[in-house]
Amino acid sequence: MSALLTVENLKVSFPTRTGLVEAVRGVSFTLGRERLGIVGESGSGKSQTGRAIMGLTPGHAQVTAKQLSFDGIDLLSASPKVRRDLRGKRIAMILQDPKYSLNPVMSIGRQIVETLRQHENVSRAEARERALDMLAAVQIRDPKRVYDLYPHEVSGGMGQRAMIAMMLVAGPELLIADEPTSALDVTVQLEVLGILDKLVAERGMGLIFVSHDLRLVSSFCDRVIVMYAGRIVEELAASELANARHPYTQGLLNCMPAIGSDRHPLPVLDRKPEWAQ
Amino acid sequence: MTSAVSVSNLSVTYDDFKALNDVSVEIAPGESFGLVGESGSGKSTLLRAIAGLAPVTAGTIRVHDRALQGAKRDKAFYRAVQMVFQDPYGSLHPRQTIDRQLLEPLAIHGVADGERRILKALDEVGLGSGFRFRYPHQLSGGQRQRVAIARALILEPSILLLDEPTSALDASVQAEVLNLLEQVRRNHKLTFIMVSHDLGVVTHMCDRLAVMQGGRVVERLSSADLVAGRIGEDYTRSLMVASKGFQRKDVAATA
Amino acid sequence: MSTITETRPMTRREWLLSDRPQSRTQARLGRAYMTWQRFAANRLAVLGLIILLALVFVAAFADFLAPHSPYLGDLANARLLPPGSPGYLLGTDDLGRDILSRLIHGSRLTLAVVLLVAIIAAPIGLIVGAVAGYAGGWVDAVLMRITDIFLAFPKLVLALAFVAALGPGIENAVIAIAITSWPPYARIARAETLTVRNSDYIAAVQLMGASPIRIVFRHVMPMCMSSLIVRVTLDMAGIILTAAGLGFLGLGAQPPLPEWGAMIASGRRFILDQWWVATMPGIAILIVSLGFNLLGDGLRDALDPRESGQ
Repeated sequence: MSALLTVENLKVSFPTRTGLVEAVRGVSFTLGRERLGIVGESGSGKSQTGRAIMGLTPGHAQVTAKQLSFDGIDLLSASPKVRRDLRGKRIAMILQDPKYSLNPVMSIGRQIVETLRQHENVSRAEARERALDMLAAVQIRDPKRVYDLYPHEVSGGMGQRAMIAMMLVAGPELLIADEPTSALDVTVQLEVLGILDKLVAERGMGLIFVSHDLRLVSSFCDRVIVMYAGRIVEELAASELANARHPYTQGLLNCMPAIGSDRHPLPVLDRKPEWAQ
Repeated sequence: MTSAVSVSNLSVTYDDFKALNDVSVEIAPGESFGLVGESGSGKSTLLRAIAGLAPVTAGTIRVHDRALQGAKRDKAFYRAVQMVFQDPYGSLHPRQTIDRQLLEPLAIHGVADGERRILKALDEVGLGSGFRFRYPHQLSGGQRQRVAIARALILEPSILLLDEPTSALDASVQAEVLNLLEQVRRNHKLTFIMVSHDLGVVTHMCDRLAVMQGGRVVERLSSADLVAGRIGEDYTRSLMVASKGFQRKDVAATA
Repeated sequence: MSTITETRPMTRREWLLSDRPQSRTQARLGRAYMTWQRFAANRLAVLGLIILLALVFVAAFADFLAPHSPYLGDLANARLLPPGSPGYLLGTDDLGRDILSRLIHGSRLTLAVVLLVAIIAAPIGLIVGAVAGYAGGWVDAVLMRITDIFLAFPKLVLALAFVAALGPGIENAVIAIAITSWPPYARIARAETLTVRNSDYIAAVQLMGASPIRIVFRHVMPMCMSSLIVRVTLDMAGIILTAAGLGFLGLGAQPPLPEWGAMIASGRRFILDQWWVATMPGIAILIVSLGFNLLGDGLRDALDPRESGQ
């Protein structure tokens, strides 16, 4: 499998009044056309890893890496224009809450058309046609109606589908999904994941799925990276999750109350300082 | 039968939106009762209505066999019923130290031995006196939720209302807070009413539960029945399936 | 975790910034120190503070600092002397009085006006706004319509009307300015109250059985304080100008009080030939107004209630 994305020794740090805060401290992995899950708790640096690849790190932060390349393009030395062209066209990102990531004063259809026309030279009519196809592809039943709706007029699940449609309309090769379903109700979550799964498989995209939910990620992805305090503590095939070796991964798996397992009290994580070393 | 909390035919309306529609539940003393549902099902509204924080339009609420009028509550009610909120970042006053926030309920109710009670409460939730003079922004989410629990316990209530107390927390912190809640329930013989969207959490914590949808209770069942799959309603079953996580085969079948 | 800090004696800075304070006082001082650090990072704000501290110093020691009497002039020898004349650094006015001495003594009046207005207007606005915002319903409607009535008149015109009714004089000017300047504070306090009244921490105190008065005074008002302090500080410049305006029109401080606005008014008759008589008090008003504005800007950053993030 040829590497679509290569990340080597990625570091992201934020200068604050009390000193440098290192959010990501040397993360390395390669990604082919596969589904990779990045799992960790809040503050583990999982989201910042995704944002650094996308080029969405806040301006005052420092991003360094031995290598950060997408399909042979060095992302860190690329000009802002090159990165802008990549963003949306070849690398796309889905964020947690569609309420905040969709433009509230533009109809859903127009937002998708805008995204498409920014990256491809297509006529208005053709763009509209493709936007409608895309809305149908994310299993929105009446694409023509939803096309003219504004983000506040649709439910969270519908909004997130529209977001997926918008992100995938330009046909990206890599999709970064940062907690794409955690703002949604459980039953809606599964529908949205199903749609995402189907599209990623059909189009042969690479997917980075960032989430706090280890079980969800392992049921969705081929490979899982577990992050703790800005570092990767374990990398394993999703099917091998039961055989996780690192105590942190085991702890994360065990501490969830599951239906039918009667454990009182729940096992808790005993955080060891050496995990962060 | 005497019950700790008895809600009958309760309706709550916000402007034109009927958040609760003819809901009845009975919770026995010492019981741990779960309310499950998706967003907009009315589960949090029911909890807020009991606490007197929601506009009740019809029905009655009885706590320890005393009927409550509308949103009016007396001091005895507040000593008997306390609440822990969902968002640990929003439920503590950002400009007051932990000490001040724990002292406030004692000052309102004229409790004398504040010093001892504060130390005891902090100790009980596993924080210790080192946290006493900190501000909320100096604490992590889990620590804040522990403070919120300490604040709820400091008046020594008999009923604790829990509104998604762990959904804003990391999984490992959730386990710690759930263990803490079970422990204080044992120590104080508390009655719990717990709202959650997570069936795993509810079956872990509660003896019985009510499944809510669209402002109504669609099914009442025991946790044991739920675990064993003795489910009467399709909606409950779909929640059950959803909580098992993502399965690729299912999607292929439905797509 | 804390073993390092406990094995060696703490410096004062560490004690203040400790994330595990041992007492109420330490927690409060630590918080004040953080606020001060944010404030001190803004150099212009510190400049504003220095200007105002200088004003306070001058007002406090006016009797020692002023080289001449502010009231008694030397009509025979020192009428309308230009700045830089021997013994009269900023010149003299038409009655032969030293302008510098009058400015120094006038700083007391300026400071008194500003403080009195702030002490009267800010609490009225805070209480009206917080009560209206928290109570809602008809209480809100009544209080806010009253506020609107006051806001409907231009500030200076309303102040003029009050002074005309109460009679000229510095005390009445203060009352008039205070009456006209509280409505904006009420609006701010109400807006802040509306954002906090539905928060969970207010619901939590309600659930403790706290009375509405207790909630408004102890839990809601502290959340309104920082934006109010900033607004009042920024308004100080306007208050000084209004007081000067009333003085200029002869409705504020009466002669021979060395009020800066009245000084400009008396100097306007010779503004073309003896420019300094009107200009010097003008510069004094400018500097003090600037000081308050810079301070207010700095306070806005330092008191930002959104500091509580990570």
